[in-house]
Amino acid sequence: MKRNLFWLAIALLAAAVYCGLIVTVGEQYLRADLSLGLPVGARTLIALLGGLVALVLLIVADDFRNLSRPKALAVAGALFLMVGSYFGLFVAPPEQFMGDIQRIMYVHVPTAWFALVALTLAFASAVVYLFGGDYDWDARMEASIEVGVVLAFLLCCQGSIWAKPTWGVWWDWDPRLTTTAVLLFAFLGILALRKFVDDPYRRAMWSAVATIIAYVDVPIVYFSVKWWNSLHQQQSNPNTVSKPFWIPLRASAFGILLLMTAFIMLRARVAALRLKHELAPPPLTGAEIGESV
Amino acid sequence: MLIAALRKELLLQWRSRAQFMAVFVFGAAALLLFSFAVGPVAEMLRQFSAGFLWLGLLLSSTLTLAESFHAEMENRALEGLLLLPANPRALYYGKAIANWLQLVLLGIALVPVMVVLYDAGTTRIGPLIGVIALGAAGLSAPGTLYAAMTAQVRSKQTLLPLLLFPLIVPALLASVKATSLIILGDPMNQVTAWIVLLVAFDAIYWSLCGLLFSRVVEE
Repeated sequence: MKRNLFWLAIALLAAAVYCGLIVTVGEQYLRADLSLGLPVGARTLIALLGGLVALVLLIVADDFRNLSRPKALAVAGALFLMVGSYFGLFVAPPEQFMGDIQRIMYVHVPTAWFALVALTLAFASAVVYLFGGDYDWDARMEASIEVGVVLAFLLCCQGSIWAKPTWGVWWDWDPRLTTTAVLLFAFLGILALRKFVDDPYRRAMWSAVATIIAYVDVPIVYFSVKWWNSLHQQQSNPNTVSKPFWIPLRASAFGILLLMTAFIMLRARVAALRLKHELAPPPLTGAEIGESV
Repeated sequence: MLIAALRKELLLQWRSRAQFMAVFVFGAAALLLFSFAVGPVAEMLRQFSAGFLWLGLLLSSTLTLAESFHAEMENRALEGLLLLPANPRALYYGKAIANWLQLVLLGIALVPVMVVLYDAGTTRIGPLIGVIALGAAGLSAPGTLYAAMTAQVRSKQTLLPLLLFPLIVPALLASVKATSLIILGDPMNQVTAWIVLLVAFDAIYWSLCGLLFSRVVEE
């Protein structure tokens, strides 16, 4: 069953990469129509849903035994990221108003998407744990929070690097920026809570509760800061992004998606092994076995 | 049951009123220290007075909230309370309401200090107390839930603010804005929007934390 889910996820990923990336490459560089008659909207939808559903399936199907799968995913993610960076840095034309500074968007935007996806995954794992009580989901929650925190931190760094030459300041109190910072601190607090609680049951339950509470806060923080102050660019969508920018953006997006999935799988495996160790009965001492110590 | 839990909390707080005084002095000292960050410029102090009031109240609240499960931790009293044939939710709401009342009192007690130090007087006492009550409710609901967790672990004094501060950003923002508009004047009538935000935050967290509390204390 789980084996089939894994291959279904790979098939979905292949469909997503084909619709999101290969067709565009064919259009622009091979002068070939690879679209199979699908309109742009349908292709975007397949790329988006295929990627996300594959991510969920890969995480659900993972039983923490197989190490070669996450490693293969990480290698594939790194390759996509390299292709995306190459196209973003050397092939795509500079943007009209911002010039070369805009090139950071090819990693910045996917990082933003997947930081939110990772924390959404943490929220979903918390809900599943709270209702089911399966420790596997506790391990997945820990992994998703950690990966989400890393991505949110990277997001703040990339944002600052971009903001200094563009806005003239490292930091701005814009809704998305401020929400990311608040998210980062909220989930860092949950990771700290996990470090301070020794009892595995309490640790799992409390961090699930804290994750739910922190996640519910995200839209409230966003709208409160939005009322307070606003300056950020409007989000772009396929209609406002011109075609030469699609390839680097999408290749980087698939790269970060695969890397994130691999990291969550690897990190969840570590958490699950630690948990197994903690839940195991203490080893018998020599005296109990009957040896003379 | 809720009434009984609330009575127990209020009795406990009344008997430890020396602690309330200590927290009040801490808050007032914080307000005094904030003014050194700005310097003796009356106009700027007045402008930032609402922010300072809420930061003072927030810092003091971590002291009262961290201590609020102190009695339950002694002699495993929490387990005894949970053995009672009653919903743990009543226990939570009793404690959250008691914490809220204490924070409202603390906030109202800090207002004169703010008025004296920052020359931030206002005649609109009613709305000011209303905003303090709503803002304090925003601190107390998640604060009580997190206190129930952190009271049972090592280094609770560090962990509670770490969890609470990012969470209450919207409540803090709305409270500061609303208080500031009340003190400095509100020509555009923006204060209503901030109060709506505060009410929404309070409604979400008073219901969500009540739902989740039994999971936090169950064995």
